[in-house]
Formats: sequence, C-alpha cells, structure tokens
Amino acid sequence: MKQTLITLVKDKPGVLNRISSLFRRRNFNIESLVVGRSETPGISRITIVTNETDSTKRGNIYFNLLKLINVISVRDVTTLPCIAREYVLIKVHVDTDKLNDINDVTKKFGARIVDMGKGSVIIEAAEEEKVITDLIKNLSQFNIAEIMRTGKIAMRRGVAENNSCLSSNNNQENAHWTVDQINHYLNS
Amino acid sequence: MEYHTSKKVLTGAEIIWECLLQEKVSVVFGYPGGAILPAYDALTKYKGRIHHVLTRHEQGATHMADGYARASGSVGVAMATSGPGATNMITGLATAMMDSSPIVCITGQVPRPFIGTDAFQETDIVGAAIPVTKHSYLIMDISELAATIREAFYIARSGRPGPVLIDIPKDVQSDSIEFNYPETTIDLPGYYLPKDPLEKQIQSAVELIDNAKKPVIFAGHGVLLSGASSEIIELAEKSGIPIATTLLGIGSVPDSHPLVLGMMGMHGQAWTNRAIQDADLIIACGMRFDDRVTGNLKTYSPNSKKIHVEIDASEFNKNVRVDLPVHCDVKTFLNAIIPHIQQNNHRRWLEDISVWQQDSQQRDIVNTGSPTLMGAQVIRKIWEGTKGDAIVVTDVGQHQMLEAQYYDHEKPRTLLTSGGLGTMGFSLPAGIGASFYGSDKEVWIIVGDGSIQMTITELATAVQENVNINIAIINNGYLGMVRQWQQMFYGARYAETPISSPDYVKIAEAYGLSGQRVIHIDEILPAMKKAQQTNGPSLIEFVVEKHDMVYPMVPAGADLHDMIQRPHNNKPLAQQKVKKEALK
Repeated sequence: MKQTLITLVKDKPGVLNRISSLFRRRNFNIESLVVGRSETPGISRITIVTNETDSTKRGNIYFNLLKLINVISVRDVTTLPCIAREYVLIKVHVDTDKLNDINDVTKKFGARIVDMGKGSVIIEAAEEEKVITDLIKNLSQFNIAEIMRTGKIAMRRGVAENNSCLSSNNNQENAHWTVDQINHYLNS
Repeated sequence: MEYHTSKKVLTGAEIIWECLLQEKVSVVFGYPGGAILPAYDALTKYKGRIHHVLTRHEQGATHMADGYARASGSVGVAMATSGPGATNMITGLATAMMDSSPIVCITGQVPRPFIGTDAFQETDIVGAAIPVTKHSYLIMDISELAATIREAFYIARSGRPGPVLIDIPKDVQSDSIEFNYPETTIDLPGYYLPKDPLEKQIQSAVELIDNAKKPVIFAGHGVLLSGASSEIIELAEKSGIPIATTLLGIGSVPDSHPLVLGMMGMHGQAWTNRAIQDADLIIACGMRFDDRVTGNLKTYSPNSKKIHVEIDASEFNKNVRVDLPVHCDVKTFLNAIIPHIQQNNHRRWLEDISVWQQDSQQRDIVNTGSPTLMGAQVIRKIWEGTKGDAIVVTDVGQHQMLEAQYYDHEKPRTLLTSGGLGTMGFSLPAGIGASFYGSDKEVWIIVGDGSIQMTITELATAVQENVNINIAIINNGYLGMVRQWQQMFYGARYAETPISSPDYVKIAEAYGLSGQRVIHIDEILPAMKKAQQTNGPSLIEFVVEKHDMVYPMVPAGADLHDMIQRPHNNKPLAQQKVKKEALK
C-alpha cells in the first residue's frame, strides 16, 4: 500500500521547493503531490503519496517533513479510513458513430462527458485511483489523444483528529511524540 | 534601552545592526560588496558596539562564525554580499548544518525589481542553500525584517541548532520604517521542540540500564549542546557504566575520567570499538549513528539493546534500529533517569575492557622512540605544552584523527572540528572565530599541509585582527588521509596526493606573523613556548614522517570489530601490508 500523508503548510513562497528538495535530497520517492488552499487563509493543505514500502523509511519521511519549519503538521493516513480521489480529464478523438459506445463506458465508471467538439470529446472523472486507471484502460479502445491526471487528494472520515488547521492544542499534542507514536513509525 | 521606548524610524540596514545588538551579538565576520553596501555603510554608526572582522573569503567568514559558535555556545554571525559572496558561504553553511552549529548568515541580494532578471551578482541563494540550512529567508518587505532576524536567531540556537540564512535585497536595506524589536513570543506553529520524556520511557530506560551486564554510554555532540556533561558523568558513576564518545562528543566528558573510554568509530580506540561490539546495552545520547561511527550496519553491536536519546526525531532508526527512542533533550532525559538508576559497578565488564586497552597501548607509536618526528608525538607534546587545557581547532585528515586520539580533553567546547562534512580548510578560520569568544584558554589550530593551503588566505585576517592563535602545521608532504587509503585500498598508487608546500616560515613572515620550523621532538616544547609568549598569531611547521598511518582503522563499510591495528613491531611504515580479509 502506498504511503499517503496529509500535511498543512504555511503558504509561503518556496515551501513546495523545500518539500521537493527534501524528497530529492533524502532519496525519497514522491508518487504525487497535490497542493491547494485550505479552510484557513495563509495555510495550504497538501496530499503527498510516496511509493516507499519500508516502514522505517516511511517514518523517516514523516519526521523529516515535520522537521521543515514551514510544515505545520503531518498526518500519515495510509491505514486510516479516508476518502481518496484523483481527478482526470481525457480527450478522445472520435467519429460520431462511436459516441454511444464512449457514452456507455463513461457512464459505467461514473465519469461524464464535459465537452463535445468536432471529432473529439473530453471526459472528466473524480474517482479512486483504480477506477480512473480502469476507465482509461476501457477508453483505450478509442483514440485517446490527451490525458491530464492529478495526483491523489485525501481526507479523513469522521470528526476525530480531523487534521484541521491551527488550533494551538493540536500543536501542543504534536510537539511531543509518545513511545507508541514513534514506535508506530519506527518499529512497526 | 532607548530604542524600545522612543520610536525611531530606521533604515533596513540600521535595523539589521539594531537586531544584532538585541541578540547580544558583539562580533560579525564578513566581507562587503555591492548588494550589502547599505548594511556596511550603516555599520559605521555602530563602531564600538559591534566589531566587524574583515575576512579574506566568505567561506572563511562562515567558518569563523561557526568556530565562534562552537567555542561560545552562542550564535555566530557572518555577512556577505549577493552572488559569489553568498555562494562562497555554501561550504560553511553545510559544515555548520552537518555539525548542528548555530550560525546566522546575512547576505545582500539584488534590489527587488531586479530579482529574477539575472542581474549583476544575482544568485538564488535561498534556493541554493535549502539543503544546507536549517531554515532560510528572503525578506521582501522591510516590515518583516526585525521579526525575521529575531526568528532566525531563535531557530538557529534552539532545538537541534543549525545554520539560518537571511537574504536581504539591497532596496530593503535602504527602505525605512519605524523600528521596534518584537517582544512577543515567537509564533512558529510548525516548529516543535521536544518536552520531557514520558514516565513509560523513563521506566523502560531504567529497567534496561539496571539489567544490563555489558552496557556502554555514548556521549555525542548533543551532550555538549544540551550542557549535560556533569549529568552524563553522574549517570556513569552511579551505574558504573563506561562512556564512549563520538568525534564531536569529545570534551563533553573528561578524558582523564576512569570511566571514559575515548572515541569510537573508524579511527576510534580499539578497546572502545570492541566494547561496543560486545555490549548488551547502548545508551546513545545526542548522536546520530554516523557511518564513521558504525561501520557495517549489519554487524554493528549485534547483541545490544539500544536506547537512543535524541532531540531530532528524524534521526531515529535512520541508520541503526533502536529499541527505545526517546525524543528529548539529553540533559532532561538524564535528570529524569538518574534518581531511579541502581548503584552499580560493572567490575567484570570494565576488567574485560582494560585488557583490550593494554594490548593497544603496547602498539602505541608514541612509545617507539622513532628518530623521525611522528604526527602523534607532535599532538601529544602539544597536549603536554598546553596542559591539556587549550581550545584545539583541527582541520580534516590524519592530524584530525591523531588529535582525537592523542589530545585528552577535559572540558566541554575545547575541541572544534568539522566532523560531519569533513571540510578541509575549516581550522584556520574557525580558530580565528573561536579566539573572539574571549575565553582565557589559548587557541591551538592543528592543521595539515593540505588543509592549511585551502584557506591560508585567512592568515591576513589573523594578522589584521592580531588574534592570539597558535597554528601548528603537521606537514607530511601528502594529503595524508587520502594517501593512507591509497596505500591500503588502492595498491599504493599515490594519485595526486603528494603535495608541495610553500616555505611556511617565510609565508608567516610575509604575512607578518612569527613562524618557526620544527623537525625534532626535542624542539617541540621550546617552539611552543615561544609561540605561546607571542602576542598575536604565530605559526609552527612540524615536519613529520611522510608515510605514517592513523591506527586503528576500520575500513569504510567493514565490521567495527575488524580493526586494522598498528602492528606490534612498528616495521617501516611504508611497507606494511594490510591483510586482505580485513578489508572485505
């Protein structure tokens, strides 16, 4: 299972640079990284997916991210109940007689056609990674011209530990790592 | 202080110096240039309050700030202009980063409208410095200047210390604004400082320590940084556990203490490494299991439980898997466990170690009575001539390891050395920086003939400032450590390691300091005496045996117990062959 991290960062120039520099310098692999504004002005939320399988290395990634001063919090949600989605735009070059077939595939995967031009359609989908991969596979019988795919974004289910922005209590908690928390990363 | 009460409108340049005063900075090491001109212009108003040391190269400025920081424990400050001035600082930043040394580097930047245009002397120094700084700033508005400088000092000195870079565009320096130094607490929600260890961690640690039969305490740089020297000795004495130090941990515990084993690792004492390999418990305090410390990770101290006390959580399990990570300041941890530890003496264990110790002593080069001067002998004499009480600043290479082995340090912050990055050229500028700390200890710079030539230009700085430093050049005509590796692992093909030197006595004279040359062991102490009596810098060149090696040695990546020891008979050194199986 790929490691998924949700982090809150200060929306300062260069913060992405610091994160990508960390991954490059420590030889960690980023699979995808999606950044956007959060509910709090000045704070961005980032979903990072790594393809690191070794739990020690995963712990390393976690603690090194947290060490960055502009990174406010990091939560590893790999094994937690989450809603995780990717978004994709797919342009298919198509003759009119195939339109119905495309429509069927699109519907089957919960995607939709958002643009229909002369000889081409654009399909969008916001689904789990696997669904999107399958959608693309199914559309490949047609003439796919372009794919624009985002990385994964994720959000934890429920209200507990909602990874919300800057409550100072939250930070106090983060400021101290219990044996269990550390062991979760280091000895699991 | 007047600048608190009466609101003053100041330029950015003036604010820089005001903030440095607020941070109790008394000396800045730097080099002026175009983009930092406003700051230097404003410096003239601060004469007598802040002393500026004009270095001969910006790398020197960073090492001086670093040396000052290591000797004093306070933040060292370096200043340079944009572009080449700033990029010359990278080596010094990386050196400070690897060794957790608190420095703040202030660089000028081209004016804001020119940023991104490849303007004259423009470099993206913040971008370039990201991997080698703890944090960095580009100040795009004068309203952020004072708060940022304050934050930078806080970040540099707190937690695991490290270098911070502040890049200030020229037009921000010439802007003006009402100055007040922020008094509120620093708000850094993403900056976590660890607190007390948990009850559970203390209990587990105490249990492990009380039940251990062959335990070893590790004292790393973190012991020095947290000021835990007396606490770690207290733990050792109460529990009867011996202490091994890392290179940067030297000085954190007195070498003369019967429970102190000396340095561990690649060129560590043989008995120390054997004790580590044989141990059933390691209590690692403020260190990071560097590859020079561990050797082959697969066979490293295979039977020991490991407690790792470290302020930086990203160090846990980075290299060595530990059983009890304690995310905590070393001193806090020690104070928490000492009352609960059982009184103990590990007599059998300590006897085992002392047998290994005797074997090593018989091989010691100092006891050979060799006619040529040996590096180790020089270091031992320097120890004698300074009564073991100098601040010794070393460079990188054979002389550095010999210093670690043959100069016994009794007090914290008396060995300054570039451990992590291994920066040749570190010692002369770092020693100059250390001398500004104003301690009553004499400063001795021990440096090789290769290293001194990397930053020899700072001799001029030493003379201009008339600093009291003693420079001991250990000249063996080679890049000695690289030559040692070539001799051992590359068929003695000495590719580009023979290195010529200028006449150092003449160099000294030309720069305007006193210079001496020593070729015989009996001349060492008199020459030292002359240097010690000199007011200002002085230099001694020691011409030593060309082919000596540093023993013991654990080849890179070999098992820690597979040490190559100095042969018993001390055969002609150049002809020694290393056993193949020891190398793997």
